[in-house]
Amino acid sequence: MTTTSPARRRPNANWLLLVPSLALLTAILLVPLAQSFLRSISSPTWTLDNYTKLFTDGVTMTVLGRTATTALLVTIVAFLLGYPYAYFMTRVSDRTRAVLLVVVLIPFWTSVMARNFAWLTILQRGGPVHSVLDFFGLGDIQLVGSQIGVTIAMSQVLLPFMVLPLYSALSGIDRKLLLAARGLGSPPLVAFWKIYWPLSRGGVVAGLILVFTLSLGFYVTPALLGSPQQSLIAQLLAQRTTQLLDFAGAGALGMLVLVVTLVLVAWANRVGGTISAIGVVATGSKGR
Amino acid sequence: MSTTTPEPSTETAYVTAGAKGRRRRDRGVDPIPWWLTVVGIAVAGYFILPTVFVIPMSFGTSSSFQFPPRELSLDLYVNFFTDPKWIGSLGNSLLVAVLAAALATVVGTAAALGLHNLTGRLSRFLRTLLLVSMVTPAIVVAIAVYVSFLQWHLVGSIGGYVLAHAAIGVPFVLISVTSALGGFEPQLLRASASLGASPLRTFLRVTLPLISRGVLTGAVFAFVTSLDEVVIALFLRSPTFQTLPVQMYNAVTVEVDPTIAASSSLVVVTVTLLLLIPMLVRRATRR
Repeated sequence: MTTTSPARRRPNANWLLLVPSLALLTAILLVPLAQSFLRSISSPTWTLDNYTKLFTDGVTMTVLGRTATTALLVTIVAFLLGYPYAYFMTRVSDRTRAVLLVVVLIPFWTSVMARNFAWLTILQRGGPVHSVLDFFGLGDIQLVGSQIGVTIAMSQVLLPFMVLPLYSALSGIDRKLLLAARGLGSPPLVAFWKIYWPLSRGGVVAGLILVFTLSLGFYVTPALLGSPQQSLIAQLLAQRTTQLLDFAGAGALGMLVLVVTLVLVAWANRVGGTISAIGVVATGSKGR
Repeated sequence: MSTTTPEPSTETAYVTAGAKGRRRRDRGVDPIPWWLTVVGIAVAGYFILPTVFVIPMSFGTSSSFQFPPRELSLDLYVNFFTDPKWIGSLGNSLLVAVLAAALATVVGTAAALGLHNLTGRLSRFLRTLLLVSMVTPAIVVAIAVYVSFLQWHLVGSIGGYVLAHAAIGVPFVLISVTSALGGFEPQLLRASASLGASPLRTFLRVTLPLISRGVLTGAVFAFVTSLDEVVIALFLRSPTFQTLPVQMYNAVTVEVDPTIAASSSLVVVTVTLLLLIPMLVRRATRR
């Protein structure tokens, strides 16, 4: 329809292709977040009260501390389980590795409600895990309605975000270095600590930050498996919004959580390609 | 080279390797320790435990959330498909998911095509911006969307659900189409244009067939994301319109309705089958 050459027209067309997605993103995510931010600094008048209140009301900081502790616990569990698993993945045959990779992706794509319902049934009083504990005289341990259940359920679903950056780092390490060290008389643990561990550190840091960050925003799991007396930050946000109708206060808290999350993600991204790691988890596409 | 140094773990490893009877590239010199195999299998079990758990649960009877179920029956499935509360919210979820996936696929594919040909700081920034909703905590998005949608009268409407779910589905489409574009030869477009095809015709006859796998994968992921989305849906629900995950949430928190077991296993099986489609297509096209 026009006579301009393709070479001159193409750049414009490419930018135009971005318009629908950016419009959707702006209307549905950016504008609501901006409105939420505006509300938090302009209600009732222009003020930072909603932000100072977060630090002085006593509740918010307690809940934030509890959320950070839970996130840390989840991160540690995910690391302790994820590192050997990722290492295992580097050692097995290609076929086994493909199976292990599919297994990693299962939690991510198991329905959120089905997964939490299953954990609730598995961990509840009288459930299979509790029965085993009871048999060993540990029946008093409360799994549902405590941090234990929340940690177990959250670690399971966040493990992929630990395993994949780790696997990506570990699979790039030349194992001949370890064999060489052992050949020169180094005990296996020393060889691991002096050679393997330093080389894997990039993946470790990325995995740790990623799991910690994603744990901060969990809503459904703590709501179903935790106790209302020990609510986490996401529950506090929901409560302030729907029950207290404190939109400005909730907005301020939401902004705090959002900024912390984005800063941590940007950091992890610098260390080990977080967003691409999430993409790999999400779509199951292989490659670094 | 290692013949002079004693290998402390060789013996046990030989036993494991022998017991497994599998061919390993470097067994003997560098065996897989037995404890690693145990830990690996245990963690794999932890990954799949809840997923496999819901299926036996769904054949229980309608009394409580009990495992193992005392007797087997199809009561929960009958209840799921006859109770308007459950079947109705399933219908709502499917409707929202189809529309949201369609919107996300069109919009996300366009974005991937655009970004593929663009370089420079701005396009990199825009790509990150389009992906950022994957790491934004759902609850933060949910409360912001909820309050804004209250003003825009979108809470409890199909349109509100579709727009919100399409927005969070776009990154999945963007990633899978971008990965499909990885091996795409731009000369093909020039060839097609030089033969007189219009840009639209080139897109339909050259580009789309080549990236169809990525588009399909993205569409499936966007569909599943919407079907399963619960946090935003909890805020957008209304007495007249709620989706299946919200009904499942109610079943646990308010109603103590064991029908959720049937619903869970249906969702898990459906999602698994759906996710197998792109995998099978990938395998078929590779041959």
